[in-house]
Amino acid sequence: MASTLPYDVQSIRSEFPILQRKVKGKSLVYFDNAATAQKPKQVIDAITHYYSHYNANIHRGLHTLADEATAAFEASRAAVQAFIGAKQHEEIIFTKGTTESINLVSNAWGNVFLEAGDEIIISSLEHHANIVPWQMIAERKGAVIRVIPIDADGRLDMEAYKKMLSSKTKMVSVVHASNALGVINPIEQIIQLAHQHGALALVDGAQSAVHLDIDVQSLDCDFFVFSGHKTYGPTGVGILYGKRHILESMQPYQGGGEMIKEVSFEKSTYNELPFKFEAGTPNIADVIALQFGIDFISRIGKAAIRQHEAELLAYASSKLRLVEGLKIRGDVEEKVSVVSFTIEGVHPQDLAILLDNQGIAVRTGHHCAQPLMNCLGVVGTTRASFAAYNTIEEIDILIEALNKSLKMLK
Amino acid sequence: METSPSISAIEKEIIGDFSMFETWEEKYEYIIDLGKKLAPLNETFKTDDYKIKGCQSSVWINSFEKDGRVFFEGDSDAVIVKGLVSLMIHVLSGHTPQEIIDAPLGFIDEVGLSSHLAQTRSNGLRAMIKQMKLDATAFKLKG
Repeated sequence: MASTLPYDVQSIRSEFPILQRKVKGKSLVYFDNAATAQKPKQVIDAITHYYSHYNANIHRGLHTLADEATAAFEASRAAVQAFIGAKQHEEIIFTKGTTESINLVSNAWGNVFLEAGDEIIISSLEHHANIVPWQMIAERKGAVIRVIPIDADGRLDMEAYKKMLSSKTKMVSVVHASNALGVINPIEQIIQLAHQHGALALVDGAQSAVHLDIDVQSLDCDFFVFSGHKTYGPTGVGILYGKRHILESMQPYQGGGEMIKEVSFEKSTYNELPFKFEAGTPNIADVIALQFGIDFISRIGKAAIRQHEAELLAYASSKLRLVEGLKIRGDVEEKVSVVSFTIEGVHPQDLAILLDNQGIAVRTGHHCAQPLMNCLGVVGTTRASFAAYNTIEEIDILIEALNKSLKMLK
Repeated sequence: METSPSISAIEKEIIGDFSMFETWEEKYEYIIDLGKKLAPLNETFKTDDYKIKGCQSSVWINSFEKDGRVFFEGDSDAVIVKGLVSLMIHVLSGHTPQEIIDAPLGFIDEVGLSSHLAQTRSNGLRAMIKQMKLDATAFKLKG
């Protein structure tokens, strides 16, 4: 149940041990949440507890530890199912991250269903993880990648998208919220249009899952992928949601233990969902800890966190606009809590170095979205991204440090 | 002919310069200043052939040989990185290929710039040094 109490950011901060850290003698200001979120104590403790109390391989052993580990592992699957509104827990596949989830689909689906001349649509906003896997399978199959263009603020050109769709379109794989700019795409409409043309739709939810309410059934997407570490969970855990009948029609991704039913040297038969796609011993400890990251979000309430982050974003944007020569990239209404900017005559790398010396962590560069940077005509941007535990005071520190850095660079 | 100071003498001189800075601001203002004062690199060298891979910013290094010594010139679109380019040119330029190859470059640690050596996608100092030493090796092999 979401709390109805006022938002107590100091109490939230106390749950995150790392926020006590000093960097270069100053209190850490962590604004690189879009790269990875920090972890509440619950998550860190869950990992230690697993290794200290019930470390065992799952789904096979007939002993107490294996039973406990299996139950905890499957509890995370149930937590993810509820988190994104999946109909069945078998539709939740654990991977090592968003990148692996997309690679799994591009291979296990693409190998079966893609033919020469088929088209895959992505957008100009994509992270490399939603470009390169499709290029690789397209090259093998003779399929073609088409790219939805954007306007100067990073909004998708939906008219161009509509014109791109045809009976040749087999897959539309689009990011829900841009990692580099924060822009939220009209994903429902994108999915609907894809379906009208008989194509499947994959939603890259790496940046959206932590901020937006996700209901994969009402979205009607065929795949939804995201990473645990951006949702206050551990690194090394990713999620692939897929509609059951589609997952069943796909080839296994990797062969090995866990994913088989029977093996002989002549032929193997494959296990049922979700195990068909979870070959080998999974990342048990981190998968188990993931449910505590999700629990943190549910306990505070996604809507409450979203409101807090929106206040931070609005405040930061208004302060940044006062900086001479600064331009916010992706300055649109519908955004997750990311502010990406460039400053005339200032290289983002210089800024990052000087901000780091003042204890501030931001991300600079191309954000693994080089084609997008080319579209915007910039070498990179500086990105501050906010999470549940960030404060207005920290934004003031950023602005002060930014002004100081600019003075040094002038 | 005047004999130019050895690489280790130049390193010592830099360590001495940096020891006078009391704050990180002074240190970086100095590096920024070096960057701003670096002699411009001819535009013809600002191509992919001269670009150092592995930097978040663009870094270009050109090298040439004169009387058995290797000389470097360079540029970057980021001013702190350009300051580091300037520093590396100051240390390595004008020495024999073997001296450049053998240079331990301990000053980077001593003056507290080793964070720029980190193996991340953003820091290019390591890549810069590697390229300068590779160039020296190439001149050595040409003999």
